[in-house]
Amino acid sequence: MTVPPRGDDPPIPPAAPVGANGSPGSLSGSPSGPPDGEILLRADHLTKYFPIRQGVLLQREVGRVHAVDDVSFELRAGETLGLVGESGCGKSTLARCIVRLYDITSGSLYFDGQDISKSSRRQLRPVRRDLQIVFQDPYASLNPRKRAGAIIADPMRIHRRGSREEIRNRVLELLELVGLSSEHVNRYPHEFSGGQRQRIGVARALALHPKLIIADEPVSALDVSIRAQVINLLDDLQDELSLTYIFIAHDLGVVRHVSDRIAVMYLGKIVEISPAEELYQRPVHPYTEALLSAVPIPDPDLSAGRQQIVLEGDVPSPIDPPSGCRFHPRCRFATEICKTTEPPLVRRGSPDHLAACHHPLSAAAGLSTIPAAVSATTPEPTAL
Amino acid sequence: MSEPLLEVRDLKVSFRTDDGLVRAVDGVSLTLAEGETLGIVGESGSGKSVTMMSVMRLITDPNAQFSGEVFYKGRDLMKLNQGQIRSIRGSGIGMIFQDPMTSLNPVYKVGWQIAEQIRAHEQVSSAAARDRAIQLLTAVGIPQAARRVDDYPHHFSGGMRQRVMIAMAVSCNPDVLIADEPTTALDVTIQAQILKLIRKLKEDFGTAVVLITHDMGVVADMADRIAVMYAGRVIEQGTGRDLFYDPQHPYTWGLLGSIARLDRPRPRRLAAIPGLPPSLLRLPEGCAFSDRCAHSFDLCATRPELSARLGTTHLDACHLSPQQKKDLRVATIHPELVPETP
Repeated sequence: MTVPPRGDDPPIPPAAPVGANGSPGSLSGSPSGPPDGEILLRADHLTKYFPIRQGVLLQREVGRVHAVDDVSFELRAGETLGLVGESGCGKSTLARCIVRLYDITSGSLYFDGQDISKSSRRQLRPVRRDLQIVFQDPYASLNPRKRAGAIIADPMRIHRRGSREEIRNRVLELLELVGLSSEHVNRYPHEFSGGQRQRIGVARALALHPKLIIADEPVSALDVSIRAQVINLLDDLQDELSLTYIFIAHDLGVVRHVSDRIAVMYLGKIVEISPAEELYQRPVHPYTEALLSAVPIPDPDLSAGRQQIVLEGDVPSPIDPPSGCRFHPRCRFATEICKTTEPPLVRRGSPDHLAACHHPLSAAAGLSTIPAAVSATTPEPTAL
Repeated sequence: MSEPLLEVRDLKVSFRTDDGLVRAVDGVSLTLAEGETLGIVGESGSGKSVTMMSVMRLITDPNAQFSGEVFYKGRDLMKLNQGQIRSIRGSGIGMIFQDPMTSLNPVYKVGWQIAEQIRAHEQVSSAAARDRAIQLLTAVGIPQAARRVDDYPHHFSGGMRQRVMIAMAVSCNPDVLIADEPTTALDVTIQAQILKLIRKLKEDFGTAVVLITHDMGVVADMADRIAVMYAGRVIEQGTGRDLFYDPQHPYTWGLLGSIARLDRPRPRRLAAIPGLPPSLLRLPEGCAFSDRCAHSFDLCATRPELSARLGTTHLDACHLSPQQKKDLRVATIHPELVPETP
């Protein structure tokens, strides 16, 4: 068994003093909805298929994995868009398409007004300064043979930002920003704990002053107590540096905590997209409802009194997705039309709330998937 | 109260390494009654898996050192020889492992793997064992079990593989089922399916379950009693209601405060626990949580005993007075309830 190195994980830097507009925690803290920033990123009918090839010489294409299929959304500057769904639903593929680590099969992608869906590597270089990614696995995403300082300096060296001296100073500044200290600069990744490694990954992503950070399951590999530290760090950085995030996670609690808006994906499609609180209080798509109801609640009485919707079966194969609505084989409301016609993503409820379903759940009907105190303003002091 | 089915008394497990002695489990005592579900919660390295692996005598590392006793139906498992312990594994105590991808043998058919266990414990023909395997696969919710019995593990999805693991673990009707993070590798909707299945098997066969997890939500839903482990020790133990509505140890408060919960209004910040768990090579003399605890004081340099509050079965290992605990935990779990000090 391995023992985590005894490093001093310094406490999280004090909360960002006060947001630019004078209210603390202005963006992530306010549950009122997304800020009205300009549109930073727009995806139009974004599609990514992976070909399945067979044969030795000819490599015939025998099928396609429909990883991301006709996904459209907009992202405003300063907001956090959460992306949730089960494994294999295409959320990581979508993230990698957005930073153009994958070529896009069809559709277009506008970043800061510029269409980057067909840009060449050379054309992408300046864009990539503004568009950074933090990966899931803090053990696999750092080069084990490089020191922490070199890992964080890499983006600046590649993009030729500043002299040696300037880069060195910036590395120290970044280490401090993510709650590490200058003594960590010469250590190797294996000398850090999981939480500290993820901080290095965040520092590397911040090195070039990006506008948008895509965090692909940044806390899934971490223990609960460390997870909260990293989430708080990302929150503080957003306030301090006015960043825009796309936050991918399968933990619905974490996504609710960080996001202004949330998109739910199922088999390569966005099935519902909504302001965060509204999604949890009034889910419209039966899949969202089932997903929420499957989250265990750390309260014995509430979980005992709760009606859970347990979805039967597994997610179907994205090689040959079901006809019509892709969720129909597992949906308890499915009818004939769901098998034949694919439902469009249309407005349900508030203007920002879209869902793709023929039989949307109405606010009044439908099970209460999350019992009790979501809407209450103060929790009962007895129930700790 | 009747004799517990399984009792662990002052179990210590340590590993000799080049860097020194790693104290993975440092004096753990637990009991499990018939038909009960005991949840063991803790972060990685807290010793929860090592404890249960030691109970099953599955740690074969020559550098491991054990002390303490594990009583199962009056026999001390730590004193049994390999042959005797094999007769208990599977038929008396079954185990489900975390990772269904690596705990099934990829080169054997799943039906064969289940039948192998039945034939090891009972005198049955291979045809009868195969029939039992099909019945078990049906019982754990594998559709068309008669056909799937001849499939290999890679033909199954993660959730289905975990069902196969469960079928294998309950194949000889054990009285105790140890589930080591049975749903950690699975998606939430599949997790809900597997937990429902474990609950059903428990009701049908009256099996006692030890559920090891790091997810407070899972134990809240499943466990009758919960033990919280930290750095190789149990630091708090009580019923589900004790732990969630009246938690006594600052580490438990920290765990509850760190979760982004769906059943509560969104807090501005999560109440994270600062720092890292201590190295098991150099555990502090006193309370292992004291360097990360916001409320530690001079007494914390001595090791607190796990003791019950007056007149209850709710145990905790913390030096704070009951009144202090009551006042301080509100601040930790619900920071928004406490007025901010300038």
